Amino acid sequence: MSSADTTDIPGDLAPDRARARSARRWRPSGSTLVMVLYILFLMLPIYWLINMSLKTNAEILGTFSLWPRNPTLANYRTILTDASWYMGYVNSLIYVVMNTVISVAVALPAAYAFSRYSFMGDKHLFFWLLTNRMAPPAVFALPFFQLYSSVGLFDTHIAVALAHCLFNVPLAVWILEGFMRGVPREIDETAYIDGYSFPKFFVKIFMPLIASGIGVAAFFCFMFSWVELLLSRTLTSVDAKPIAATMTRTVSASGLDWGVLAAAGALTLIPGALVVFFVRNYIAKGFALGRV
Amino acid sequence: MNRTVNQKAWFLVLPVLVLVAFSAVIPLMTVVNYSVQDSFGNNQFFWAGLEWFEEILTSERVHNALGRQIVFSAIILAIEVPLGILVALSMPKRGFWASLSLVLIALPLLIPWNVVGTIWQIFGRVDIGLLGWTLRNLGVDYNYTQNALDAWITVIVMDVWHWTSLVALLAYAGLQSIPEAYYQAAKIDQASRWSVFRYIELPKMQGVLLIAILLRFMDSFMIYTEPFVVTGGGPGNATTFLSIDLVKMALGQFDLGPAAAFSLMYFLVILLISWVFYTVMVNLDRRGER
Repeated sequence: MSSADTTDIPGDLAPDRARARSARRWRPSGSTLVMVLYILFLMLPIYWLINMSLKTNAEILGTFSLWPRNPTLANYRTILTDASWYMGYVNSLIYVVMNTVISVAVALPAAYAFSRYSFMGDKHLFFWLLTNRMAPPAVFALPFFQLYSSVGLFDTHIAVALAHCLFNVPLAVWILEGFMRGVPREIDETAYIDGYSFPKFFVKIFMPLIASGIGVAAFFCFMFSWVELLLSRTLTSVDAKPIAATMTRTVSASGLDWGVLAAAGALTLIPGALVVFFVRNYIAKGFALGRV
Repeated sequence: MNRTVNQKAWFLVLPVLVLVAFSAVIPLMTVVNYSVQDSFGNNQFFWAGLEWFEEILTSERVHNALGRQIVFSAIILAIEVPLGILVALSMPKRGFWASLSLVLIALPLLIPWNVVGTIWQIFGRVDIGLLGWTLRNLGVDYNYTQNALDAWITVIVMDVWHWTSLVALLAYAGLQSIPEAYYQAAKIDQASRWSVFRYIELPKMQGVLLIAILLRFMDSFMIYTEPFVVTGGGPGNATTFLSIDLVKMALGQFDLGPAAAFSLMYFLVILLISWVFYTVMVNLDRRGER
């Protein structure tokens, strides 16, 4: 809608106008240009990472080339055949999935309560929950370490999953509450009149209604648990060590093996890309926390 | 929305309460505990009162880190919010290209934070990185490990790369909710592109933009992993932001008392600013419902 001509042009100028219009169709508009530049800006560093992951160390340090001259999958082979590497991915995925399930499961009833009822201290409670999303993980790193060590959960997947609940549960409550508010109350009341009990109503009628909200909340829990490093590194040493921590340690230990590092980084893109592909239709609404 | 009063709703909130209490209140009390005590090792603790708080409040090092943090967050917001809105306005509205650009734009948000650091660490190196190599061959004296200004620019560009998409997606969601009729009305009135933006799009995006600013402020104020991987807080202390300084103090030097006092004040600052945002947001919500 950048330049909508509404003025009438005399008949003999019509061919000119047609030519002008076809010329405009072929010239990229301003918004296309912005999008192309922005996506180029986003993709270049990622391309460079993948480019490096397909080279040997000798090629990386020896010659500078925009694409791999002798593409090799050796770096990926190193990672996928070495248990200390690929277990990092398994560990990360285990605690991320655990965290997502726990967060959404406890957030569902709470979000329902916040969206439907008013009860003593509800506003304060809601804000208190949000403050945990605002707490710097750095503040919690040390006390978490001591807490989970003292209850014998140190270096387990559940410890990281619980620690990530700190910021994921409030976020899930926030998102779900936004989606639930969009469901009219009359549906609840009709269901109760029809003789549904609360649990049956909730599972059979209400949850399908906010299915997209649940998907979005799960997506966010997955995302924030997957990208977090500080807490997951602090709470693990061997058995539950996430891929992110494996990467940082290998860098400092064995000098700088750029190729393997780049390959490990490139592999961490896959789960995120898959998840984002599945929720692509809800993602915009989801990022607005259901509050559009 | 008129919600019915029902105290039994507490039972629905209980699981969340227990879980968050376990993972937030207990650790936070540990921090409070440390902040008023001194330790000489061997798990012997002595009452130290407000000594640590005084130390942190007057500490040059913390003041500098706080200053850097505020400048950093301000720059981040000043760049990412307008850029995010611009990207959102430029995005295709529907169809294949809209889906594709959504997926591509969201990609940086799903990369583990230390990998984001690694990507830019590689990308910016003058010997093997595309960015550093190109700049050097253009004759720019660029080196993010030595030069403080270059380190700052690298960290800021990295954050813009990483998080502008969040603002863009939020703004895009706000734009999607505007009915087509509004645009048609504007067309009939022959409104300029600017007034369409100013009087239709911006007011409709207000709510989501506030969320975007809140999230970006909080996360940029707590940033740790990405600059830590890229610059390690250096050169010198040039990119040592609050979280990096705190982790250095707590886990590096094991100065539990000062670190705990530092944590509490850090948390309070974030809380205070977030509370202001939250109050504004809730008021907006209420006005929107009326």
